[in-house]
Amino acid sequence: MPALTITELTDLLRECAGEAEAVNLDGDVLDVPFEVLGYDSLAVLQTTGRIERDYDVALDEDAVTDAETPRQYLELVNEAISVKAAA
Amino acid sequence: MTTQTLDRSAAATDGPSPGTPLVTGLGVTAPNGLGTETWWAATLRGESGIRPVTRFDAGQYPAKLAGEVPGFDPAEHVSSRLLPQTDHMTRLALAAAAEALSDAGIDASELPDFSAGVVTAASAGGFEFGQRELEALWSKGGHHVSAYQSFAWFYAVNTGQISIRHGLRGPSGVLVTEQAGGLDAVAQARRQLRKGVPVLLTGGVDSSLCPWGWAAHLAGGELSTVEDADRAYLPFSADASGHVAGEGGALLVLEDAAAARARGVRGYGTVAGYAATFDPPRGKGAPRLDAAAELALADAGLAAADVDVVFADAAGRRDADRAEADALAALFGPRGVPVTAPKTMTGRLAAGGASLDLAAALLALRDQVIPPTVNVSEPAADCPVDLVTGEARPAALRTALVLARGRGGFNAAMVVRAAG
Repeated sequence: MPALTITELTDLLRECAGEAEAVNLDGDVLDVPFEVLGYDSLAVLQTTGRIERDYDVALDEDAVTDAETPRQYLELVNEAISVKAAA
Repeated sequence: MTTQTLDRSAAATDGPSPGTPLVTGLGVTAPNGLGTETWWAATLRGESGIRPVTRFDAGQYPAKLAGEVPGFDPAEHVSSRLLPQTDHMTRLALAAAAEALSDAGIDASELPDFSAGVVTAASAGGFEFGQRELEALWSKGGHHVSAYQSFAWFYAVNTGQISIRHGLRGPSGVLVTEQAGGLDAVAQARRQLRKGVPVLLTGGVDSSLCPWGWAAHLAGGELSTVEDADRAYLPFSADASGHVAGEGGALLVLEDAAAARARGVRGYGTVAGYAATFDPPRGKGAPRLDAAAELALADAGLAAADVDVVFADAAGRRDADRAEADALAALFGPRGVPVTAPKTMTGRLAAGGASLDLAAALLALRDQVIPPTVNVSEPAADCPVDLVTGEARPAALRTALVLARGRGGFNAAMVVRAAG
């Protein structure tokens, strides 16, 4: 399973939780906190559920909550994907 | 055992005294019109919104008619972030809330923090959303259930989402008393206003037009199974056979009259009186709708003769219609006051119904005209009411009484008076 890209993540965020006005998700958002992007913890939780289903991985709920930016979040997801691939 | 509540107020005067609750804004989503003025114009023309159900395939159910809000594009009224987390009824409520605030000329972002609250009436929350997620749960498993199920199907969700959307963080709440809720919520808003909260957004918007909601309506045993849209819901008629379920309702902005006048707002009318009563258990005594009406008039400091029009609960069942007609005859004399039921054009809207009647009453006071009760040619001989049938009736109107009965024994009555 290939790693999740920032473009795929923003597409999933849009699909699962919508898109805040006055936020450009297509810009350089890797290090922009989710909060600034208009996403609260529930939006991230909803998106996490979708990723867990699509990629058949289980993500650490606490670690997901601690991930403040897309970069930190992608690291978690992609680590889980690579562990899954190695298994 | 019966219970009653009675809000004590200063004696009614012609001008608004401080603490007088004035309705300064209206927002409406109704089966016969989206938006206050669209709905009101259709209502005065006697245009019904009752049609065959389109939201789901009702062909296999005994009841096949509903009042669905027409032409509602969620994306026009609800932000992208809110769409995935809202049931249809919350989207309708958000549209009505925005219209009501705008109509009142209130920019919520300019209000001091905690100075505006939200009090809505509800039934069971977001039925359609809940059904979809429960289906996902049993057909695919827990991982397929939306995180937003946590609140989207919760009965308090409309108050919460409206509060968040507009930053209305003052005292807020939710009332669940079925049809009576549309008045009980406004009464609770009035209490908060009297405690010093400057602005309240209140009323009810409801919907449960999905198979799960339909099953609940049918189990209630009060839906009409007549398939002719013009014959299905005939309150006070000898041919009454139950009601049609609809969706929508109204939200109202309530403000202190003196404060509203100070910013140059005349408003639609004041909430002059209110009372709620509870029926005794079946077979243990008479219903207490009449007591609610009497107590509401007493609360307003008015006599029955002061009432110019009654917006009836209009259950559409022979026994319940007779009981309401008897209550009205006892209070006003047989055919002693014009009575109307514009809900014949929308169906009964659960928590939204009485709020929509309240909006209709206020606009009737504004325009000096009583909207018609459609499809009923004349009341049954055992319902001695002066029912406004056929077409709207021009009248000199200063005071209106709105009645509501909620399944389970709830009665509510509210008196509104023209803005002075």
